Amino acid sequence: MGRVVVDVMPKPEILDPQGKAVAGALPRLGFGQFASVRQGKRFELEVEGEVTDELLAAARAAGEQVLSNPVIEDVVAVYEDKA
Amino acid sequence: MTRVGVVTFPGTLDDRDAARAVRLAGAEPVALWHGEADLKNVDAVVLPGGFSYGDYLRAGAISRFAPVMGEIVEAAGKGLPVLGICNGFQVLTEAHLLPGSMIKNDHLHFVCREQVLSVENADTAWTRDYSAGQHITVPLKNQDGQYVADEATLDELEGEGRVVFRYVGWNPNGSRRDIAGISNAAGNVVGLMPHPEHAVEAGFGPDGANGPRTGTDGLGFFTSVLHSLVG
Repeated sequence: MGRVVVDVMPKPEILDPQGKAVAGALPRLGFGQFASVRQGKRFELEVEGEVTDELLAAARAAGEQVLSNPVIEDVVAVYEDKA
Repeated sequence: MTRVGVVTFPGTLDDRDAARAVRLAGAEPVALWHGEADLKNVDAVVLPGGFSYGDYLRAGAISRFAPVMGEIVEAAGKGLPVLGICNGFQVLTEAHLLPGSMIKNDHLHFVCREQVLSVENADTAWTRDYSAGQHITVPLKNQDGQYVADEATLDELEGEGRVVFRYVGWNPNGSRRDIAGISNAAGNVVGLMPHPEHAVEAGFGPDGANGPRTGTDGLGFFTSVLHSLVG
């Protein structure tokens, strides 16, 4: 079994209301050292067998066409999870 | 009789209200099922509100791939009037029938209120029974209602008169430029976050000029499409 991770984040210019709310909560729990928070999504795509370059390319295409909405989000990373 | 399809996805909530609005306007509502690639020869389509597919991935993101949506996208390209309300609006943006997208309300809360809108464009298939600049009051209820698009897209929408509705008095979700609803270039596809189908019958709508719950300002959407179709 191989695993490909696709990380999706809100675009920098899009305000992230969820991240802002989390950033507001952190100091109340004693974590005052973090200036801001942005919240994204991590997808884990499992495949039978090895992760090939073709599979990584397909995962990136799926990330750009389905897993993210390019109006509001960017695919920021596509990589094999070897853990 | 004019036939108006109302699509039901798993998790759709307002299909019954939308069908009732169609009937009260004088047309025949036709139930359309997400899993069937069949529009049953309807003359127009309403995508109602709710939480289709649980809003998994993103609001409207999974519904876009439902078999019925392929038919709707094709027919919309040929001029079929399509109205997306709330979650239906989100589905239309995910299906690329309308530009932009919706993200979480800027204040993070679910909002449910009677909302005043300004009808900015009274020439679309769904707004021709209103007059430009008219204020209407319909319910609004959403959590992911903040309309966003890049500045170039917003300028294009404004320039082409495709901002169909704007929030009046209070912007309830942080939408860019107070936009509550937009249309495609041809004006047959319209999407908005507020709910006209909940303001079509005295006794069940928002407060109106004649007293509590008498508001029927939403009925004009459904009579508009009728009048668009019969010429």
